Amino acid sequence: MNIFTKAKGFWGTISLVVIFSVVTQFLINGGTLNSFYVNALFSIGINIILAASLHLIIGITGQFSIGHAGFLAVGAYISAIVTMKLGLPFPVAIVAAGVAAALAGLVIGIPTLRLRGDYLAIATLGFGEIVRIVFLNIDYVGGASGMTVTHLTTWPWLIACVVITILVIVNFTNSTHGRACISIRENEIAADAMGINTTLYKVMAFVIGAFFAGVAGALHAHNFYIIQPTNFGFLKSFDILILVVIGGLGSMSGSVIAAISLTIISTFLSNYPEVRMVIYSLVLIVMMLFRPQGLMGTKEITSFLKMGKSAKGGVQHDGKNTVA
Amino acid sequence: MEQFIQQLVNGVSLGSIYALIALGYTMVYGIVKLINFAHGDVFMVGAFIGFYSITILDLGFFPALLISMAACAIFGVLIERIAYKPLRNATRIAALITAIGVSLFIEYGTIYIRGAQPEAYPTGIVPLKSLEIFGVKISGQSILILAVSIFLMIVLQFIVHKTKIGKAMRAVSHDMDAAKLMGINVNNTISATFAIGSALAGAAGVVFGMYYTKIEPLMGIIPGLKAFVAAVLGGIGIIPGAMAGGLLLGVIEALVSAAGGSLWRDAVAFIVLILILIFRPAGLLGKNVREKV
Amino acid sequence: MMAKTPLLKVENAGIRFGGLKAVSDVNVELKQGELVGLIGPNGAGKTTFFNLLTGVYVPTEGSISLAGEKLNGQAPYKITKKGISRTFQNIRLFSDLSVLDNVKVAYHSLAKHSILSSILRLPSHFSGEKEMEEKAIEFLKIFKLDGVMHEMAKNLPYGQQRRLEIARALAANPKLLLLDEPAAGMNPQETEELMNLISLIRKRFDLTILLIEHDMLLVMGVCERIYVLDHGQLIAEGTPEQIRNNPKVIEAYLGEEVS
Repeated sequence: MNIFTKAKGFWGTISLVVIFSVVTQFLINGGTLNSFYVNALFSIGINIILAASLHLIIGITGQFSIGHAGFLAVGAYISAIVTMKLGLPFPVAIVAAGVAAALAGLVIGIPTLRLRGDYLAIATLGFGEIVRIVFLNIDYVGGASGMTVTHLTTWPWLIACVVITILVIVNFTNSTHGRACISIRENEIAADAMGINTTLYKVMAFVIGAFFAGVAGALHAHNFYIIQPTNFGFLKSFDILILVVIGGLGSMSGSVIAAISLTIISTFLSNYPEVRMVIYSLVLIVMMLFRPQGLMGTKEITSFLKMGKSAKGGVQHDGKNTVA
Repeated sequence: MEQFIQQLVNGVSLGSIYALIALGYTMVYGIVKLINFAHGDVFMVGAFIGFYSITILDLGFFPALLISMAACAIFGVLIERIAYKPLRNATRIAALITAIGVSLFIEYGTIYIRGAQPEAYPTGIVPLKSLEIFGVKISGQSILILAVSIFLMIVLQFIVHKTKIGKAMRAVSHDMDAAKLMGINVNNTISATFAIGSALAGAAGVVFGMYYTKIEPLMGIIPGLKAFVAAVLGGIGIIPGAMAGGLLLGVIEALVSAAGGSLWRDAVAFIVLILILIFRPAGLLGKNVREKV
Repeated sequence: MMAKTPLLKVENAGIRFGGLKAVSDVNVELKQGELVGLIGPNGAGKTTFFNLLTGVYVPTEGSISLAGEKLNGQAPYKITKKGISRTFQNIRLFSDLSVLDNVKVAYHSLAKHSILSSILRLPSHFSGEKEMEEKAIEFLKIFKLDGVMHEMAKNLPYGQQRRLEIARALAANPKLLLLDEPAAGMNPQETEELMNLISLIRKRFDLTILLIEHDMLLVMGVCERIYVLDHGQLIAEGTPEQIRNNPKVIEAYLGEEVS
C-alpha cells in the first residue's frame, strides 16, 4: 500500500497546488487581485520560504541560528548584482543567490559548530550583523542608500520557488538524513555515539537553509524595487524567527501556517508598524510562557488530517499508536 | 601620538559605558544562565528617565542619575518576575526567545507611547572644565564618566564580596540547588541581581546621554549587543571580566574608528565575538566548563 | 574460537583536565567474546574511561586500539563505525522520535542512499528506507519493543527506555558494546531480566561487552573478569572471586557490599 498511497497523496497535493497557481495567475492577470493583494501574496510566499528554511536549521536540527537575515541579504544583493550589474536573466540570479547564500551558510556553519544554545545564537546574530555591515560599506552595491532592482518576480517564479523549497525540505526531513538531523537536535552526544556525522549534518542544515533563504532574497530583491542594508538587520532575523517559533519549532506545517497568518496580519497592520511589533512581541512572550511548543509543536498537519506520514522519518502509520 | 592618546581616552569613556552595561549581562548570566536581551533596552529606559528628570523635573545630573538607577532597578525586577521567573526551568531557547520578545516589547512600546523621535540631553548640565595632560585635552565629561563608572564598580565589588546579599548571589551562581538547601532565598537573590544589573544599566544610560547627548528608543540595541560581547570577551559570569571586557572593547572600537574604519566600528564587536567564541569561548578571565556526558 | 590478538587493547591510557588526572595509566585488554565488568566507587573515572574509548574525550596519554587499529583522536562517529557502541549512565534517547526511529538512527551510517537521492526521491531512497525500516522492526522484535514501536521514546516506562537504549546501541552493529550502568534504577526482577538479555545478546550477536555497574549481584553474576577503578587508576583485575576478596577493592568501597 505504502508507495502508492504516498504517491496518491503527493500527486493529489501537487494537482491542488497547480490548480491554485493557475487560478491565482488568472486573477492577477485579470486585475481582480489588485496590487495590494498581489504584494501581500508575494510577501507570504517569500516568508514561507524564509520560515521553511529557518525551520530546517532550528526546528529540525536544533541549531539556534538567529542571523537568518544575513543569508537573505546575501541572496538579495547577489541576485541584484547579477541582473542589474551583469545583465543576466532572472533564473541565473535566483540560482546565484541560492549558491552564494549557501556558501555563506558554509562559512557560518563551520566555525560555529562547537557552539551550543545561547552562544550559537549570539554568534549567528553577530554574523548576520557583519554581513549587513559589509554590504553597508560596499559602494558597488550602493552602500547605505542601497540598490534599485527591476521588478522581475512574477507569480510563476514565486510559487515554483515556494513549492520547490517545501518539497526539498520535506523530502530531506522524511528520510534517514532528516532523522540524523533530528537526532542531533534531540541529543547530540547520543547522535555522535550512534555513528551520525554530526558535523556534516549541522553544516548541511545551514547550507540548505541558507540556500533557500538566498532564493527568498532574490525574490525579495526583485519584488520590492529597492534593497538597503537596513532591511536586513537583526529585526528582520527576529521577524523570521518569530514565524518559526509561533508555528512550532519542529513543525514545517506550523512554520508555513505561521508565515501565512502573520504575514497577513502584518500586511493589515503595515500602517502601524509599532503596533505590529508590540503585538508580535506580546504574542511571543505569552506563547513562551503558556505554550512554548508554538502552534503545532513538532507535529505536522498530516498527523491531524490522518493523511499518512508524519514528517519525522517516513514511517507508514496513520498517527494511531499501536501498543501491543 | 596625541591623537592616539585622545582616541584612548575616547575608548576608555566608551568602554566604561560598555562595562556598566556588561556587568548586568554577566551577573544575570552567571546566576540564571540567561542572556537578557532586554538589558540593552533597560539602558535606553534609563537614558530617557534621566532625560525627563533633568528636563521636566528640573533636577541636576546626580539626582537624575540616582532616580534613573532606582527606576531601572525596579523595572529590571518587574521584567524578571513577569517574564523570566516562570521560565526558569524551561529550555534555554525558550528563555532566550522570551528575552527577545521582552526586548522588542520595550522598544516598540516606547515608540508607540512617545514616538520614535530622538531627544537631546541638554549640554552643560554638569559644569566641567577639561583637563590637559601631556598635551591631550580630556573633556570634563570623559573624566566624569570614568569617575562615575569606577565608583559604581567599586560599590558593586563591595556589595558582591562584603555583603550578605552578595554572598548569596555568588552562592546561587555557583549552585542554585545547594544555595536553596542552605536556606538562601533564591528568588530574592535573583531579583536583587537583576535590580543591581539594571541599576547599572540605567546609570550607563544617563551617562551616555550626558556624553553623546542624542537618545532614541532603539538606542539600546547596538550598545546592548556590544556590551554582551564585552561580557563574553571578559568571561561571561565573571564580574571583573565584564569590566575588563568593556574597557577593552571600547578601546579597540575607538582605535579602529580612528584608523579610518568608522563604518566598520560596529562590526568590530561582532568580529571580536566570533573570534572569542571560536578560539577562547570561556573569555579572557574565564574557565572552561565541560558538558557532562 | 577466540582470536589471538585482543579485540580491545588499552595501554597506559589517561586523560587530564587542567590539573586533574581523571584517568591515568589504565591498561585494559578485552578478548573477543568476553563479558568484562568495570567497577569502582562513584567518581572513579569509569564513565570517563568509556568516553575515552568512544572518542568523546581524546586521551592525553597512552593508546587505545580496536582489533589492532589505533583509535586515538578519531571522531566519535568514526569510532562507532569501527565497531564500538555504548549506552549512557543517564539515558540519552531521542525523546521526540518514536521507538522505531530511535533504532533507525543507528542504521544511518549503513544507509547507502545519499542526501540527493532522498531530496529527489530516487528509487534508491525508497529501497534504502524500506531496508532500514525492515531491519529496525526485526531488531525491535528481538527486544520485545515492536509493540511500542510508534510510541515516542519519552513516553516509555523507564525499564523499556533502558532496553531501547541497548537495542539502539546494538543496531549500530558493534563488535564491542559498552554498557554504562544499565541496571540503574531497576528492581531485582528487572535486573534479572537484564542479565538474561545481556547473556542473550552476547551469544546472538557475538559481542564483546564491557559493563559498568554498581549492582554487584549483576556484576558478579555475569562478568567473567572484572577491572576495578579508583581515583582514575586501576587498582585490581581478576575473576569475580578474586575481586571479591581483594583487600584493596574492599578498602576502596569502604564498607560497601562487595559480595
